[in-house]
Amino acid sequence: MNKIIEKEFFSPKVACFVIEAPRIARSRKPGHFVILRVDEKGERIPLTITDADEKAGTITLVVQKMGVSSEKLCALEPGDEILDVVGPLGRATDIHKVGTILACGGGVGVAPLLPIVQGFKKAGNRVISILAARSKDLIILEEEIRKWSDEVIIMTDDGSYGRKGLVTAGAEEVILREKVDECVAIGPAVMMKFTSLLTKKYNIPTQASLNAMMVDGTGMCGACRVSVGGQTKFTCVDGPEFDAHQIDFNELMLRLGGYTELEKEAYQHYFESSIK
Amino acid sequence: MTDEKEYLKIEREKEWRVELRNKIKNKERTDLLRVKMPEMDPMERIKYQDREVNQGLSVAQAQAEAVRCMDCVNPTCIEGCPVSINIPKFVKYIEKGEFLNAAKTLKETSALPAVCGRVCPQEKQCEQSCFYTQKLKKDAVAIGYLERFAADYERESGQISVPETAPKNGIKIAAIGSGPASLSFAGDMIKLGYDVTVFEALHEIGGVLKYGIPEFRLPNKIVDVELENLKKMGVKFETNFIVGKTASFDDLKAEGYQAFFVASGAGLPNFMNIPGENFNGILSSNEYLTRVNLMNAADNAFDTPVFKGKNVAVIGGGNTAMDSVRTAKRLGAERAMIVYRRSREEMPARIEEVKHAEEEGIEFMNLNNPIEYFADEKGHVNRMRLQRMELGEPDASGRRRPVTIEGSEYDIAVDLVIVAVGVSPNPLIKNALPDLKVSRWGTIDVEEGKMQSSIPELFAGGDIVRGGATVILAMGDGRKAAASMHEYLQQRVTSNEF
Ligand SMILES: Cc1cc2nc3c(=O)[nH]c(=O)nc-3n(C[C@H](O)[C@H](O)[C@H](O)COP(=O)(O)OP(=O)(O)OC[C@H]3O[C@@H](n4cnc5c(N)ncnc54)[C@H](O)[C@@H]3O)c2cc1C
Ligand code: SF4
Ligand code: FES
Repeated sequence: MNKIIEKEFFSPKVACFVIEAPRIARSRKPGHFVILRVDEKGERIPLTITDADEKAGTITLVVQKMGVSSEKLCALEPGDEILDVVGPLGRATDIHKVGTILACGGGVGVAPLLPIVQGFKKAGNRVISILAARSKDLIILEEEIRKWSDEVIIMTDDGSYGRKGLVTAGAEEVILREKVDECVAIGPAVMMKFTSLLTKKYNIPTQASLNAMMVDGTGMCGACRVSVGGQTKFTCVDGPEFDAHQIDFNELMLRLGGYTELEKEAYQHYFESSIK
Repeated sequence: MTDEKEYLKIEREKEWRVELRNKIKNKERTDLLRVKMPEMDPMERIKYQDREVNQGLSVAQAQAEAVRCMDCVNPTCIEGCPVSINIPKFVKYIEKGEFLNAAKTLKETSALPAVCGRVCPQEKQCEQSCFYTQKLKKDAVAIGYLERFAADYERESGQISVPETAPKNGIKIAAIGSGPASLSFAGDMIKLGYDVTVFEALHEIGGVLKYGIPEFRLPNKIVDVELENLKKMGVKFETNFIVGKTASFDDLKAEGYQAFFVASGAGLPNFMNIPGENFNGILSSNEYLTRVNLMNAADNAFDTPVFKGKNVAVIGGGNTAMDSVRTAKRLGAERAMIVYRRSREEMPARIEEVKHAEEEGIEFMNLNNPIEYFADEKGHVNRMRLQRMELGEPDASGRRRPVTIEGSEYDIAVDLVIVAVGVSPNPLIKNALPDLKVSRWGTIDVEEGKMQSSIPELFAGGDIVRGGATVILAMGDGRKAAASMHEYLQQRVTSNEF
């Protein structure tokens, strides 16, 4: 049982929770995630650890309402308990000093991006962050990202905040302007796919953190398998971060099956028209 | 060994055994036919995911079956049992009507007899080496059924004896994983007075017994009774705790744990790496069974979904494959097929499960191997390509090697494929302990019989040492590890390390 200490809505669909989990708070590193089960009937769902406070013994999770399980979680209030929380899972991000890092976050993907941005900044890198979303109210954690970035670019699909356009437009501008040594992309699969295509064009090593479907999170079931460089990998133990240029994003999107076919096509089309 | 023979002899010469033997002539005993296990009707049972197929023997049936056992001078059945249960002794207690004593006899050596009576491959173990099989060429004494009978009798009588425990010695030890290896280890160590904590990564205790083996073969409540007993004896359980992740071995040592028993299982599912294997609707047996057994996905009241296929192909011929295909049938499959590259004879599954599967209308496509999958435009599997096989020369395992028949490919329609082609050791522990010696397959190397690894305070057993094996072998390892860890810790006590 893990008690909810704080809860805040970043947007009508995105909530942030601070949860009691002393052991995980102590052991976690950027890139790690947890699996939780809200109640007896609940699914096991993976959520990246956005932040942790070792002294207070808490971790911070950001969740977007997408289906039953996330809706159930978002309905909980401070003082309520989450039945099961296990972690930290996955491999930690390989944080090192390389020079300039371009960190691209799409939608709720900014939440898992935050600890990575923090890590790279603390390691002495120049960090340029691009936060992208459909509209202003879906831009989250801007203040926290600003604290750890040398520059922040905001992109919205509808132009309601920052600049109008996709994450790739902002990214390309930075790449053409200055030397970028490495890129990290976290967000919807289609966003990562096109960011990866872009950085591949410019030969910039890129990591993407995959939000595969999971059950156990310990390598036991293979629900989370993805193809990387032609080989099958388990996201929960081999990832969640992989070399983006090697990931088969089309397969990932099919496996996620989250969007309806039409929605996905429309979104893909939108992106395709934006990249030359 | 001679000690053991001696002990068996002394037991056999006890008055009550001699009396029983003299009561009925061997000829009369061997003329009796083996009891039939009462089973739920196949067409009825496939409607339920959670009703046990085998209904268990009645008192009269059990006693009649026990009469068949001749209480041999040289009980070869015991040699076939991986934990050397004193089989004639417990069987004769059943004949005599002392069922609680029969159960007690089982517990001298087996930690979970109600489980083993249900899932042991008896036809390859005790019953295979029974005098009836070996010499008389008749059906063996139904040792497995009788084992289950005695254990169930004890449980249902409400008179389960909670074993006595030695005074607490204050030494903290940890077991990692909560499958049969760990449970039997924990039972022995708590009896010896240790402070035992079992850490489990999942939210449920029991390992494969809970997330893998379905209810229709091993009801959860049977496992739960055993878990309750361990709790009563003082064993502590911590779920949602991955040793090596949630806390490191060093963290646990700092918290006072003096020794570890690693029984983390052979959790990683193998895939065949053939084209199309990552399409939706193709999953490992572990995923399929976990969704259904651990997450209750077949029950609409639970949130976890599971694909319910109409044409289901299960790849493999082991227990996991049988459990998966029979689960699919119960979830409404019209065609539930086993696709196995060898023939029925080489199937590693328990004979009884194969028989039950046949009765339930499972199709066996033996001597077939999948080579490719195809999918619809949404990426969901809709067709698989099979290749026919024939049996060639025996391979290293002694089983005849399957050889492909060129040009024999053909396609069948499928909408759910479950891959059950074996498992590999879980690498979590090795990743946490780079110095730990493991084999080239990733199993932990231990000193034979002692179960001690290359790190002195770390012992290991069960599937993480053997690769995918059996419940009874895992339990046997747990007991060996307990004995040898006890010895190791007592040496440290004597040298004043604590
Ligand atoms: C579907 C299926 C059917 C089977 N049928 C039979 C049968 O009929 N008869 C038979 O004899 N055998 C059968 N087997 C095999 C048998 O179940 C196994 O050999 C046995 O369970 C192995 O026991 P174990 O204790 O080694 O590990 P497991 O039962 O695998 O348990 C290991 C546990 O450790 C946990 N774990 C792993 N790493 C960590 C960590 N770092 N920290 C904490 N916890 C961890 C896992 O979550 C798991 O719960 C079957 C197996 C399957 C999958
Ligand atoms: S434990 Fe298994 S092998 Fe041993 S007697 Fe029982 S059924 Fe037979
Ligand atoms: S979630 Fe089961 S193996 Fe990754």
